[in-house]
Amino acid sequence: MSTIKKFFYVNRKAPYGTVYALESLEVVLIGAAFEQDVTLAFIDDGVYQLMKNQSTAGIGMKNFSPTYKALGDYDVTKLYVEKESLEARGLTIDDLMDLKWEDEDDDWAENDSIRVVTSAELADIMSEQDVVLSF
Amino acid sequence: MKFGIMINEGPYNHQAADSAYQFAKAALEKGHEIFRVFFYHDGVNNATRLAVPPQDDRNVTKMWQELAEAHKLDLVVCIAAAQRRGILDADEAKRQGKDADNIASGFRISGLGQLIEAGIQADRLLVFGD
Repeated sequence: MSTIKKFFYVNRKAPYGTVYALESLEVVLIGAAFEQDVTLAFIDDGVYQLMKNQSTAGIGMKNFSPTYKALGDYDVTKLYVEKESLEARGLTIDDLMDLKWEDEDDDWAENDSIRVVTSAELADIMSEQDVVLSF
Repeated sequence: MKFGIMINEGPYNHQAADSAYQFAKAALEKGHEIFRVFFYHDGVNNATRLAVPPQDDRNVTKMWQELAEAHKLDLVVCIAAAQRRGILDADEAKRQGKDADNIASGFRISGLGQLIEAGIQADRLLVFGD
């Protein structure tokens, strides 16, 4: 496929309570096969999607958080987390999963996938996108 | 301009499908093109032919069917989201061993790749949801 567009997935909801987070992840994984330029953003309660040590034993739902760790293998390597959303919830990057991707052009060096950015920085990133999908 | 439309909420519970319909209708009247309408999340429920809304209310499924027929719109329902929610066409019903199907004519069931393709092919992809 010749056309490469910038796809931007905005994740706004907590991982459980509604199905948006899970079904957003399904779009990202399928979309990865199309070799587009993919960026994910996590804002509002969406930051909870990346929390480490999630357990769903008490709610009878499948814990799909390990899937985020596979994103690097799908060349989904840009996950932006909004600083203000983290702070409003008393969270820091240390509360989030340690997601990595390996750079095949740099002897498979491990890089962090998650970057914390301000709302203003995220707005700049969003303004450069071609396709914005909001979940 | 060539638009793609994504609808993420079911009919009647949420206005997303109505707003998307009003947009699509207006865009077509202005001479724009709709590359595809993709139904995801509870939006797949827009595609059931078994809904019976009150007679003095709008029939969202029928509105889409009529618009699609008039303008040859491609109405695509996500298969993964549809299977979770019991929206089946005849082939899927048979494959899954179910005793009935319920997809409305004018809609077709396909994969998420159709959404990504719409994002690539359309000039603008609009998301109607919560």
